Amino acid sequence: MTDMTATTAGVAAASPGRSLVRLLEAAGPLLALILLMIVGSLMSDSFLGAENLSNVFTRSAIIGIIAVGATFVITAGGLDLSVGSLSALVAGMTIMFMNAAAATLGDGWLLVAAGIAFSLAIGAFAGFINGFMIVKGRVEAFIVTLGAMGIFRSVITWLADGGSISLDFSLRDAARPIYYGQVLGIAVPIIVLAVIAVIGELTLRRMRFGRHVAAIGSNRHVAFYSAIPVSRVRILTYVIQGLCVAVATVIYVPRLGAATPSTGLMWELEAIAAVIIGGTALSGGFGRIWGTIVGVLILGFISNILNLTGFISPYLNGAFQGAIIIIAVLLQRDRAQG
Amino acid sequence: MALLFFREVAKSYGVVPVLKGIDLTVEPGEVLALVGENGAGKSTLMRIAAGLAPASTGTMLLDGAPAPGTLHEAERAGIVMVHQEFCLAPHLTVAENVFLGRELTRGLFTDRKAMEVKARALLAELGSDAPVRARLRDLPVSDWQMIELAKAFARQPKLILMDEPTAVLSATEAGNLFTRIRAFRKSGGSVIFTSHRLDEVKAIADRVAVLRDGQIVRVEKTSAISENEMAEAMVGRPLAEIYPPRRGAAPRKAFLSVTGLSAPGAVEDASLDIREGEVLGISGLVGSGRTELFEALLGLRPAKCRSFVLRGEERKLPAAREAWALKLAYLTEDRKGKGLLLAKPLDQNVALTSGAIAGAAWIDRRAERRDLEAAVERYDIRAGRLDVTAGALSGGNQQKVLIAKTLGVEPDLVVFDEPTRGVDIGAKQQIYEIIAGLAAEGKAIVVISSEMQEIVGLSDRVIVMRRGRSAGELSGDAITENDIIRFAMGLEEASPQEEASH
Repeated sequence: MTDMTATTAGVAAASPGRSLVRLLEAAGPLLALILLMIVGSLMSDSFLGAENLSNVFTRSAIIGIIAVGATFVITAGGLDLSVGSLSALVAGMTIMFMNAAAATLGDGWLLVAAGIAFSLAIGAFAGFINGFMIVKGRVEAFIVTLGAMGIFRSVITWLADGGSISLDFSLRDAARPIYYGQVLGIAVPIIVLAVIAVIGELTLRRMRFGRHVAAIGSNRHVAFYSAIPVSRVRILTYVIQGLCVAVATVIYVPRLGAATPSTGLMWELEAIAAVIIGGTALSGGFGRIWGTIVGVLILGFISNILNLTGFISPYLNGAFQGAIIIIAVLLQRDRAQG
Repeated sequence: MALLFFREVAKSYGVVPVLKGIDLTVEPGEVLALVGENGAGKSTLMRIAAGLAPASTGTMLLDGAPAPGTLHEAERAGIVMVHQEFCLAPHLTVAENVFLGRELTRGLFTDRKAMEVKARALLAELGSDAPVRARLRDLPVSDWQMIELAKAFARQPKLILMDEPTAVLSATEAGNLFTRIRAFRKSGGSVIFTSHRLDEVKAIADRVAVLRDGQIVRVEKTSAISENEMAEAMVGRPLAEIYPPRRGAAPRKAFLSVTGLSAPGAVEDASLDIREGEVLGISGLVGSGRTELFEALLGLRPAKCRSFVLRGEERKLPAAREAWALKLAYLTEDRKGKGLLLAKPLDQNVALTSGAIAGAAWIDRRAERRDLEAAVERYDIRAGRLDVTAGALSGGNQQKVLIAKTLGVEPDLVVFDEPTRGVDIGAKQQIYEIIAGLAAEGKAIVVISSEMQEIVGLSDRVIVMRRGRSAGELSGDAITENDIIRFAMGLEEASPQEEASH
């Protein structure tokens, strides 16, 4: 008897009306992005120009790379608030390392490679410490990464003595192509983002690791009772986040050539907002990288439109992001219950 | 006039009906027992009567007026419910809990002294001397139950609903509760209670209503129905039929022997043998350490032991993932909380454990789909469409998905923890056949169950747990409900096995 009714429930879930809603939900972020671009092109002539688009994509790449990592963390039911501060710390320490190592490694590609390796190591290590404290120390992710956020930010302020840490002028040329370079006419940051996004999407959707990430976010107890190495996978998501922050920072450093106490300020807000806008469940269990990338572009274009039109002060950009993240979660809440 | 009157009351969650056409009356000064298997709808019926859940359709009258629809209205109208899961605040004192939500006050402030005096009196009426100023978290569960009951009586209700009130009580404590219920009945109060112990129903209830698959199938004066008749009405057929035929006793090879297994706070110095081709039943009251024993054995909770001999080889206790790799499988009692990812599709659920143990780095989605189709065929999973989420299935079909998921690792030992909880009768019988089939293949099988008949009907051998220890062992024709209860209640502490080991 109950078997029969369950069958009808399953069929009802796939009725035409429902599937249209599902399609809208699935493609929602993409539709929002298209709508935004139409609005942008109406408000400013230069909006759809190649230069402006390339500019927005390149700037979005940095947050985008961080947000790919955040998608893993959030899908597994975690949260990392420390990404912005970590980026500042990685930038500062990498610059100090490169300035110091220039004497032995020269000012060529070897130094740049060593700098990249150094920053990846710091990022991974910081992510591991975050993950370890959260998983093995059983402290809530919110608290651990909030604490880490404060620690990283104040360490970089202390290292910079309140000012800035600058890459020596003699080294800037070597690092320059990482941000300003082009391959086949496409800016390097965009290529890096694309590669990382594709790897991320495949990992999350097609690999066992990604399945485990989603399973843990969906229900950690079920995952544990299903022989999934829950602690290892959870810690790894934070390591991935740390690595993504490091990659983003490597791209960011040549742009300004310096790290200051305000480097990476509010990046956590942008990254988390992008993930949520993209349709990843804040409570975990379901994540999609392509959605995150769309989310990043939505944020990037909003900021761009504010800058281009002067209609609303660009200083209110953060307010937009804050409002969007709350609205996105509000929409998710209804979906979770449906 | 009846105190509570139900006519044609029905309840569905979504499109799944849990109660159908319930007609029921409760007279003032009457004790009514609701019996039925897990998932028959007892708790839902109680929740509707308590105003915790609205009925989908039907008429409900209290004292001739429309029955209250919310918890607050119900309390004001004199209905209180004692839940199976405790609704108490662990950080407050006993007295504060007894008067939770209706504190006695003097002026602006709560009157602690008056509450303590009254709480002590209320507890004394229940034969409990729990310290009223102690914080709840420092007291044992049996005290919690008494406090929950004292809280109910403190509200001076007309009708008390009790969901499995004796599950965590000792025989003496249960006796005290019955005395209190009789006094309450004498003063004109009514009680509806559920119990799995049919002897209790016989002892305390005036009438009994038997629920099966969401319907009341029989209502009788307790004096007019035997325990056996109640049980048969519950399952809807002569009891013997739903269990697979017994296999003859045969000497069987030990698969896993453990001695001196202890898990802090749950299991003390337990020893047992698990044999190939045998169904070992594990019985005991709720909280007696049944589940914990096997969680400890399979690395799911911290534990230590004196020796662990698997397939004739001594080794240390395995960790969780190690146990699975050793082909030792645990099928959880908590299907929704620990068993299935309700929001994920069926194929992902079925593939979860085997994929985590031996899966390749890249997921083969076609193979997962094929495995699901094979499982649907083999375990008769009725899902209609295969692309629905696990949460969309009925309890029985979810359980079959969980079984498919667990057996996907091709284990040599399967621990079935409450394998038929919340499962309808048809699925139940199929699950019994699966269990018997595995044993016939030579697998070592453990069945943990609260349902006495299930234990008696399925097991070749039974271990009865009490307070984290093995209280006794029965095998073959010696397995009877009476003996299991005696062991479980501690009426016969020393079992032959324990004497031997001393």
